[in-house]
Amino acid sequence: MSTELLKVALIGNPNTGKTSVFNHLTGLHQQVGNYPGITVEKKIGYCKLTRHKKAKIIDLPGTYSLNASSLDESVVIELLMNKNGEDYPDVAIVVSDVENLKRNLLLFTQIKDLEIPTILVINMSDRMKRKGISIDVDVLEKELDTKIALVSSRTKEGIEDIKTLLQNSKTLSSNSCLDSSIIDKEYFDRLEKVFPNQSLYKLWLVITQDVNFGKVEKNQLKEKASFATKSDSELKRLQQKETIARYKFINDILKQGYTIDKSKATDLRSILDRVLTHKVFGYVIFFGILLLIFQAIFDWSSIPMDFIDSSFASLGDWTRSVLSEGKFTDLLVDGIIAGLGGIVIFIPQIAFLFLFISVLEESGYMSRVVFLMDRIMRRFGLSGKSIVPLISGTACAIPAIMATRNIESWKERLITILVTPFTTCSARLPVYAILIALVIPDQRILGIFNAQGLTLMFLYLLGFGSAILSAYILNKVLKIKSKSYFVVEMPNYKLPMFKNVFINVFEKTKAFLVDAGKIILAISIVLWFLASYGPGEKFNNAENIIKAEVVNQEISSLELDDKIASYKLEHSYIGIVGKTIEPIIKPLGYDWKIGIALVTSFAAREVFVGTLATIYSVGSAGEEEETIKQKMAAEVYPNGEKVFTLASGISLLLFYAFAMQCMATLAIVKKETNSWKWPMIQLFGMTAIAYITALISFQLLK
Amino acid sequence: MQTIATLQRGEKGIIQDFDIESVPLKLIEMGCLPGNQVELVQFAPFNDPLYININDSYVAIRKETAVQISIKKIA
Repeated sequence: MSTELLKVALIGNPNTGKTSVFNHLTGLHQQVGNYPGITVEKKIGYCKLTRHKKAKIIDLPGTYSLNASSLDESVVIELLMNKNGEDYPDVAIVVSDVENLKRNLLLFTQIKDLEIPTILVINMSDRMKRKGISIDVDVLEKELDTKIALVSSRTKEGIEDIKTLLQNSKTLSSNSCLDSSIIDKEYFDRLEKVFPNQSLYKLWLVITQDVNFGKVEKNQLKEKASFATKSDSELKRLQQKETIARYKFINDILKQGYTIDKSKATDLRSILDRVLTHKVFGYVIFFGILLLIFQAIFDWSSIPMDFIDSSFASLGDWTRSVLSEGKFTDLLVDGIIAGLGGIVIFIPQIAFLFLFISVLEESGYMSRVVFLMDRIMRRFGLSGKSIVPLISGTACAIPAIMATRNIESWKERLITILVTPFTTCSARLPVYAILIALVIPDQRILGIFNAQGLTLMFLYLLGFGSAILSAYILNKVLKIKSKSYFVVEMPNYKLPMFKNVFINVFEKTKAFLVDAGKIILAISIVLWFLASYGPGEKFNNAENIIKAEVVNQEISSLELDDKIASYKLEHSYIGIVGKTIEPIIKPLGYDWKIGIALVTSFAAREVFVGTLATIYSVGSAGEEEETIKQKMAAEVYPNGEKVFTLASGISLLLFYAFAMQCMATLAIVKKETNSWKWPMIQLFGMTAIAYITALISFQLLK
Repeated sequence: MQTIATLQRGEKGIIQDFDIESVPLKLIEMGCLPGNQVELVQFAPFNDPLYININDSYVAIRKETAVQISIKKIA
């Protein structure tokens, strides 16, 4: 017997615990994908109802109403409007929070008016007693013409009730709550005449979407222009009227079925807010938390990172020892395993970062940070909401750019996307580490501060500083008219739920691994090919040429191999590239070998160290940093001058601080801005800044 | 004119009127409607943004929006 599949859409305001309900219903049977063409996350999970009935549950992005004001929200409307769409639901579950029932019901009535069978979940019922709330479920069910499940996602209570209601989905009513046409009878009558067979409320939604966001297809309506008799502000006035009508309906019902005894309410919110949003303590606590995050990312995660590093090194050695020597083994070890290791090593940092962000968001604290920082950030053309991307950027710009999606103002969002790659992401760290160790003396300044540590700190501040400064300039330069919406809900404080945090960290880390992994892996394979092959005699005959050269010298076979390898590299495809760009980078203090590392770094910055390791023919002799460092320190020009001096080192550090060297980020920016224009501006703009600062610093210091 | 921006911390008012062009629909949907009560919970430094309780919803809005919403203070 075949299984019946019930399509269910999970809808609700942000901060109602919708995701917890989703996690309880589906467990780990989840898939995270993207909606076509945009990067809004699409979460789908399955839930078994009976032996022959399964529910496919889509967790839609949180939204306050069906009038979208951000990209995330518009997804909900598009899905619910498209009756023929693949994901159009048989049943909608609207998740509401018992403390904000009035506001949550606004969305509920809108969904009902789309004539979709709807279940109302009233979540956080465990708080009712403490907050002095009582609910008459029978009255609410009757008046709202729906079925209600009282749920506590914290204790899992009521989850089974949802499943039972889904089993009996056939009995759910699909009648609408409200007749929207009462807000302007004449106008709606005219609409009905032009489109006789359409749901009036749907028509109304299509007409009004543009007023706030403008994404839903309007084409089929365009020709029959008779509805377009209203200006935007008239339409908005009608929307206000509609909202008033909905609240009247809701208030009348809540009067019968919902009571709250305010004297019983204990108010955790006001106590915590007094401290956490305080003019002084608020900032002190926030910076304390920031320090903790950096401590975790750069100190604690070094333990698992070292472990991953050495594991991949041994995996490479082991593979080499098992397989016979040859081109394929080289590709596997130097190309694929090394490339994979380069991605996996970032997992601890990324996971730590997501852990913190997830906990801060779940607890309700992040909204307070947005509140505290908005005024300061706005001065630079950013929004308080830009703070999350800028913090995330210290791990990786990719998830950071995806985190800009809830910024309603397009201009503020665009500027945030453009400047985020300036923040010092973890891929810059290995580059900084080796260069600082090489050119900055390991000594104390004023007897306290370590010069190397100070340099690293300076580079982080430089990252933030240039992000903020370029935001300021972009804000002045970009002529984008965009309504500055800023409405941030300040949710109740909640203890984060382990399950939600865990699933969130797991899914986000996995997404990073797959998305960024694909690109880095592909690049490292291409790089390996370009470094392993070359045109002409010089490359193919390297062994004989070198052997002839050293015929009269005392030389160990190991040294001979090194010499051959580096001669080969010089005449490989990638070597030719390096030689070609040498004249351009010479004024910055780099030779052609560094040039190669620069070129490969445009795929991903962390490739720098690996490339130099290959170039200085450390080869299989060991990938330990010390060895690479010694080789780099010993590297000289033909005239005996050192390649890595304070001047060229600082110049390189600055180049890496500013240059846009990350293909994965460019790809994500293209996706999020829907145009190649902005990633190209980033690529050329940032790299130009990098070139100029590196040039100036080298010329001054040399 | 009294607006949300003229409230002191802890003070309440009843919303009178606002220019529909300059108030986001989202705020209206959160309950920013004539006749509803609004309370100023907290303000950030430089009195911007403002953290308010409007119709039992807790939200933060910018001062530029708050000055557009006229209110009548209640004791």
